[in-house]
Amino acid sequence: MANVTLRNVRKTYSGGVEAIKGVDLAIGDGQFCVLVGPSGCGKSTLLRMVAGLETITAGEIDIGGRVVNQVEPADRDIAMVFQNYALYPHMSVYNNMAYGLRNRGMAKPEIDQRVREAARILEIGAMLDRKPKQLSGGQRQRVAMGRAIVRQPKVFLFDEPLSNLDAKLRIAMRVEIRKLQRRLGTTSIYVTHDQLEAMTLADVLVVMNGGVVEQIGNPLDIYQKPATTFVAAFIGAPPMNLTPFAPGEYGLAVPGGAGGILGVRPEDLTLTTGPAPEGGVRYDLIVEAIERVGAETFVYGARDGARPEPAAVSGKPGELPPGEIIVRLPGQAAPAVGERIVAAAPRDKLHVFAADGRSRLDS
Amino acid sequence: MQKQSVFTSRSLPWLLIAPQMLIVLVFFYWPAAQAVWQSFLLQDAFGLSTTFIWFENYSDLLADPDYFAAVVRTFVFAAAIGVSSLSAALLLAVMADKPLRGVGVYRTLLIWPYAVAPPVVGVLWLFMLNPSLGVLAHGLRAMGLDWNPLLNGNQAALLIILASAWKQISYNFLFFLAGLQGIPKSVHEAAAIDGARPVRRFWTITFPLLTPTIFFLIVINVVYAFFDTFGIIDTMTRGGPAKATETLVYKVYSDGLLGGNLGSSAAQSVILMGIVIVLTAIQFRFVERKVTY
Repeated sequence: MANVTLRNVRKTYSGGVEAIKGVDLAIGDGQFCVLVGPSGCGKSTLLRMVAGLETITAGEIDIGGRVVNQVEPADRDIAMVFQNYALYPHMSVYNNMAYGLRNRGMAKPEIDQRVREAARILEIGAMLDRKPKQLSGGQRQRVAMGRAIVRQPKVFLFDEPLSNLDAKLRIAMRVEIRKLQRRLGTTSIYVTHDQLEAMTLADVLVVMNGGVVEQIGNPLDIYQKPATTFVAAFIGAPPMNLTPFAPGEYGLAVPGGAGGILGVRPEDLTLTTGPAPEGGVRYDLIVEAIERVGAETFVYGARDGARPEPAAVSGKPGELPPGEIIVRLPGQAAPAVGERIVAAAPRDKLHVFAADGRSRLDS
Repeated sequence: MQKQSVFTSRSLPWLLIAPQMLIVLVFFYWPAAQAVWQSFLLQDAFGLSTTFIWFENYSDLLADPDYFAAVVRTFVFAAAIGVSSLSAALLLAVMADKPLRGVGVYRTLLIWPYAVAPPVVGVLWLFMLNPSLGVLAHGLRAMGLDWNPLLNGNQAALLIILASAWKQISYNFLFFLAGLQGIPKSVHEAAAIDGARPVRRFWTITFPLLTPTIFFLIVINVVYAFFDTFGIIDTMTRGGPAKATETLVYKVYSDGLLGGNLGSSAAQSVILMGIVIVLTAIQFRFVERKVTY
């Protein structure tokens, strides 16, 4: 049980590459914090710094009121679940879980009791004598979790623990991890590149990009009010439509009289035949592709008329090619490819960003 | 998926393997058969007549205390060379596996001795430890040690073991380094988080995960100590003083080529051939199920 606080944490590699460019983060006791971002954004590095597997160039990491910058991983009272599970291949499941307790000189009966309790919770009681090699991916994942929970640490660290599982198992384990964490009430930091995983697991969601934190907050708040165009495009699938606008267009007043970037979520667009709603947007589109996924249908349309400057909204991961708009329609009815359609969204569904995408202009 | 070539003519496959088979026949089976035949013969001192004597060469050998001493000596040498060169190589490999500055240079330098031919190794060590010329020998005597491997059998044996082990360190180092690099970094990290200090981590994680490599290297090192040390022994001590460094292989050479007892020498090489076959069989069995943990 502990708070985890990061104060202006930085990481610079010996070659001069700055992996973490000053991160401040406060995770409350028992909270589930998810670090999400594209690969190379520094989220795993940050987690490894909390674990003590990477040195901290500057700043402070505080676990349960103690600055741990110079503390060995073993003495930080943390447990980590690795992406490849990192089970000890020569040890049985039982010994894999007991290893950390034995190293700390715990009495045998207590080790046995803790291992069996963890095995019961994770439903791996029947496999205690097996070697990791004899287990399926999902079972290995459980053993890795078991190894973390027997220690009863202050903080759990998860480094993309589900990315080696197939899609179905991933969803099942995701729910289990959340339930387990609620039940144990242990502060957790979880790294993932999967925004859906991030949205469903997090109490506190941290969106990272290029070594900096783009936004911290409750997942739904972030979804509803993304602070930057990067967050807008990264959180939510399919991503938010982002189109540049000229000064005064849509009646949007931008300080300094400049243009900006307008964001609309695909689900906020509806097909219409009339004019744009008061203060809202209207896109004239030619349907280029249709994706039917059952409960909903995604329509990919190219904007009719002048395409925007490609440089205006490109080069960021997850964003759409310029001029393409995605519309989410409920159900399975959809226009045909090549058909002309009109999609519109009212004023209160619009997100307005500065032209550089680094700040949000409407509150 | 099975890889299978289909030949239309029956003679072509035979023709294709013929060069290889010819080499094996001429350079292995024929001499081996000769040795087996020779081991059943007794030649008179002038080489004028030979008599077929069945297994008498073998029974003579087994009754000969000299031969028994050579067997024991060979096993002692093999154990000493194996233990010292394996442990030194493991220590160096563990060090070289760390992210150090200039680790590439360090690794390359450690591999170099492997390129030195055994007789050259013998000469190098002889120069350093020769009682009258050797730099190290001079130092040892200055420390009050009566160092004279030319007269002292134990010191001569030590010299052979030292030179042979040194030569084999490079080879063992290569395999240990590869073995260490095959252990995922995250396993070490997990153990570190699990509270295992470096020494404990080595004995509970690294060492057990290296057992397949260690086992493989034991077999290789025993074969090396049995056979490939010939060049070192020949340049350094020629089996002396008073046969103190005469191993089984060297005895084959000295009895046969120097002593002229071809029958006994042939019988000894047949026994050695049997040992090689057993060792190779062990190794093959092991290679088949490589991962033992």
